[in-house]
Amino acid sequence: MTAQMKDRPDTWTWLFLGLGLALLPVGLYLALAAPPDANQGYLARIMYLHVPGAWLGYLAFFVTFLYSLLYLFRQDPRLDRVALASAEIGLVFMGLALVTGMLWARPTWGVYWTWEPRLTTTAILFAVYVGYFLLRGAIEDPELRRKAAAAVGILGFINVPISYMSVKWWRSLHQTQSIDLTTGKIHMAPEMLQALLFNLLVFTLLYLGFLRFRAFLAALEARKEEA
Amino acid sequence: MRLKYAVGLLVILGALGYLIFGGLGQNLVYFLTPSEYLEGQARYQNRPVRLGGLVKPGTVQYDKDRLELRFVLTDGVAEVPVVHKGTPPGMFKEGQGVVVEGRFREGTFQGTNLLVKHSETYQPPKEGYTPEEVRKLIEEAK
Repeated sequence: MTAQMKDRPDTWTWLFLGLGLALLPVGLYLALAAPPDANQGYLARIMYLHVPGAWLGYLAFFVTFLYSLLYLFRQDPRLDRVALASAEIGLVFMGLALVTGMLWARPTWGVYWTWEPRLTTTAILFAVYVGYFLLRGAIEDPELRRKAAAAVGILGFINVPISYMSVKWWRSLHQTQSIDLTTGKIHMAPEMLQALLFNLLVFTLLYLGFLRFRAFLAALEARKEEA
Repeated sequence: MRLKYAVGLLVILGALGYLIFGGLGQNLVYFLTPSEYLEGQARYQNRPVRLGGLVKPGTVQYDKDRLELRFVLTDGVAEVPVVHKGTPPGMFKEGQGVVVEGRFREGTFQGTNLLVKHSETYQPPKEGYTPEEVRKLIEEAK
């Protein structure tokens, strides 16, 4: 990032977006070529969309947390724009995780929704970041807006580890992690794992592209606001 | 403050308050095991509860005409007879983890909602998985 305003997104942005979009069909192919599950049959394939969605939601809210902290220390509006861009993308992907989760739950668990710990904490997480944008819209003074948003961006993140760990900490209907980051155990056949990891990579590349692009748009908006 | 957003913010804060203080408190214990229920019977009497455990193998009886499902729910220690009206979910089978919502009447748990709790393990079926074989598996699972 250079100090002067750019007129178009930089090479990195196009590279991440291009790679992500180009590899998306490959990820889809791998997901559809992956074997069915012994218990669920082909339903288990929703995983290849559901898990990347949830992962990006968590990752994006972490980036918002990080840049909100940085903003409070340095007071640079550019940091706030990255936090805003990440929160927006996180909200979209968390929404994708919620929708795909509901579509997956109905044929497997038997209901679209139930108020169990993982679902409840994720619903709260989603609502907090909807609040983040309502708060941004409600405050007219730019500096106060950025500071208030940073506070929500920092406090809201507390719920991410809670949501991730909820299936371990409390009795839930949602199964525990198939790729457990706390123990390193993997409960998945290798050919399914490969398809999942590839899709996680593709979605992460897309996220990086979206993040840079959205931050660039936010910079254009800010320039317009000042003019 | 822009009014439109302020109203939206109040709605979200209200929803969050309700979720955190209304919903989450009860849901930190999402279900009781049969043992826990039998220990604290006086407390749960005539209140809707969720019971979780395994479907005891060899106890499932499904009446197709009356859509009545009977089975025994077990946590390995205590057992509870369950009656549920309606078709069981596709993944319901003997030995499967389930959560039943309902209440007790005369020593039988009357289920109003039956949920399947499946494991976090994903494996292809052992017999190979050509489309025909998978179709057969899915048919058998019904």
